[in-house]
Amino acid sequence: MSQDGVGRARVLVVDDDAALAEMLTLVLRNEGFHSQIVARGDEALAAFHEYRPDVVLLDLMLPGVDGIDVCRSIRAESGVPIVMLTAKTDTVDVVLGLESGADDYVVKPFKPKELVARIRARVRRHDEGAAETLRIGDLEIDLAGHSVTRHGSPIQLTPLEFDLLVCLARKPRQVFSREVLLEQVWGYRHAADTRLVNVHVQRLRSKVEHDPENPAIVVTVRGVGYKAGQPQDEVAVGDAPDAG
Amino acid sequence: MRQTLAEPVAVALGWLRVMPGRALGLWRRSLRARVVVATVVLCSLVAGTVGWLVLRQISDGLVQSRVSTSVAEAVSETDNARERLAESGSNDYDPETQLRQLVQSLQARGQVRGYDVVVVGPVGERGAQGGVQATPGVDPASVPATLRRAVVHGAGTSWTYTRVRYLPGSHRASLPGVAVGSQLILPSDGGTYALYYLFPMQEEQRTMHLLRQSLLTSGILLVLLVAGVAWLVTRQVITPIRLARRVAERIASGRLEERMQAAGEDDIARLATSFNQMADALQLQIRQLVELSRVQRQFVSDVSHELRTPLTTVRMAGDVLHDARDRFDPVTARAAELLQTELDRFENLLSDLLEISRFDAGAAALDLEDTDLADLCHRVVATTAPLAAARGVELTVDAPEPCVAQVDARRVERVVRNLVTNAIDHAGGDARVTLRVAADQHAAAVTVRDRGVGLLPGQAAMVFNRFWRADPARARSSGGTGLGLAIALEDARLHGGWLQAWGAPGDGAQFRLTVPRRAGDPLAHSPLPLVPSDASGVPA
Repeated sequence: MSQDGVGRARVLVVDDDAALAEMLTLVLRNEGFHSQIVARGDEALAAFHEYRPDVVLLDLMLPGVDGIDVCRSIRAESGVPIVMLTAKTDTVDVVLGLESGADDYVVKPFKPKELVARIRARVRRHDEGAAETLRIGDLEIDLAGHSVTRHGSPIQLTPLEFDLLVCLARKPRQVFSREVLLEQVWGYRHAADTRLVNVHVQRLRSKVEHDPENPAIVVTVRGVGYKAGQPQDEVAVGDAPDAG
Repeated sequence: MRQTLAEPVAVALGWLRVMPGRALGLWRRSLRARVVVATVVLCSLVAGTVGWLVLRQISDGLVQSRVSTSVAEAVSETDNARERLAESGSNDYDPETQLRQLVQSLQARGQVRGYDVVVVGPVGERGAQGGVQATPGVDPASVPATLRRAVVHGAGTSWTYTRVRYLPGSHRASLPGVAVGSQLILPSDGGTYALYYLFPMQEEQRTMHLLRQSLLTSGILLVLLVAGVAWLVTRQVITPIRLARRVAERIASGRLEERMQAAGEDDIARLATSFNQMADALQLQIRQLVELSRVQRQFVSDVSHELRTPLTTVRMAGDVLHDARDRFDPVTARAAELLQTELDRFENLLSDLLEISRFDAGAAALDLEDTDLADLCHRVVATTAPLAAARGVELTVDAPEPCVAQVDARRVERVVRNLVTNAIDHAGGDARVTLRVAADQHAAAVTVRDRGVGLLPGQAAMVFNRFWRADPARARSSGGTGLGLAIALEDARLHGGWLQAWGAPGDGAQFRLTVPRRAGDPLAHSPLPLVPSDASGVPA
């Protein structure tokens, strides 16, 4: 199953329900993924180091360490995509999960195809458009090197945040609705939960904006969605200290 | 100039318009104002009555004593005059001179003693009405006719009340007084003369005036004092009541730990104690309810997780079987298909039940953002298009302009999707379903109209009941859970909005969702009518 450029992607399944975990393994193997199961939260990080997965499927309620904490500790050291499995759909729970670093979430009970689509969307590689450089605000995006720099100094982004930024930067004049972003960045075919977009835009802003309260890179268009900030002329930026 | 005059007049007129309203408002609102006004009115009545009685008694006494002194004086004066006339004899003077002397002497004495004299005569059996002589300035008409008759016809002394009037030239106001009359025989001509004394009650009137003044002044002072006392006394009662009100308001606003100060053993302290006991009981109840609600929410959350995990496994297993059904024998393949569709139904039912219990527990929260409802409706139509196509239903959206409102897009989309699938279910023969979106300054509305069998009278209110079916014999066609409209109603309420249904048999049905454009604003009306304009019996 390497037609998507996924290859034999490795999935770490962190779930305490043995039946569900086994079922997940069956479905994932059927879809051409490698997988490994961890049943306890406190063993998840060690397994993550050892297995080095391409994507983590993480249940929220775990024995040992809570799913939220597992998510935080993985995110603290790696940008590996994390998809949360949750039975809770209240905004508080969803937002808490996303804010702890999850890229996406799937609500139980989910359809296997839906889950596989989420995983595929997370593990696909953006190796198209080699050696292209995009500009957004005062940031420079190197597509080939998968890096974002501001005046030469790099900014660490997770792959999802990188995709979100690239998506906006590719069409600087277009206003993206949340639904369009869900489709282009997360790979949803149908309208889904726009809270995903809100949370990730907040997270991205906290990393790339000078003043997250007053964003200049990812600009909100009220009632519609988001758009890229105007690319700034590098000379003008360089001149600014002299003028002051 | 006109303007400077007009302004205060306008202000005064304004006050005149406003004052009665304000006074009425104060009367309704302020217990103290009512108590003070009632006390003042009652006290004025009592003081007025007592003052009136006292004045009556005093004036009666004064008049009585004046009458007796007047009569006694008149009698002694008349006796004096008779004696003088007897001494002078009958031969010395002609009658006119004698009469003039008599009148003059009486007038002189009257000046000193404070009475006026009127002499009429001669009177008597001869019928000749003689001349009238009076103290200068006094109107002889001051002597009432009744007294004149009494004196002419009877001997002795008669008296009556009268008003002593003065001739216009003398510039004196008339006074109440006592008129005393008696007969006198002039020795010179033997004629009978009527002698009248007018005793004006000037002194008495002055005394009464003074008395009235002082009684009125003291009455007003008394009323003012009583008003002040009433004000102070009500203050004593009202202040704790106002404190209680303030505490009650604070408790009502959620500060359950607020209590009144209860010191002493009087009624106010007992009120405070009872009030505090009530607050304690309420606080306990509310705490229990909050705890119950928390437990309930936790339970729902736990059930949700506990049920969902095995369902996920079953669901995945069902999917695997379903995908592989081509390789099964027909019976097993059909079983796999049934398993799949029923799993879908079970899943929908479970999620609807959890959603409803979340509303019941008060755990549902809004996630507000500016949303274009026209856009949202187009999106719903796009997602429900496959279902509509399968039923041969034509979906149209009538949204001439964008219509942005502050709503929870996820919930509103769910409401509209519910209404649309419901309409597709009931589209019936005329397979057209129309969505309309409109907004005014305060509210935005979406209507979903179908032209199916419609609703019977009374059903419009029942469609939102949980698990309600229009026709119990009829199965649900599109696998609806029976909770969709109930959830939609809860979603609308959560927005502070309305969800209403209209329907007529054979005329189809229309559902209308109205939400305030700014979250939290109260709704007064909807920009779209509930009854569609194309319904029969409605003029276009």
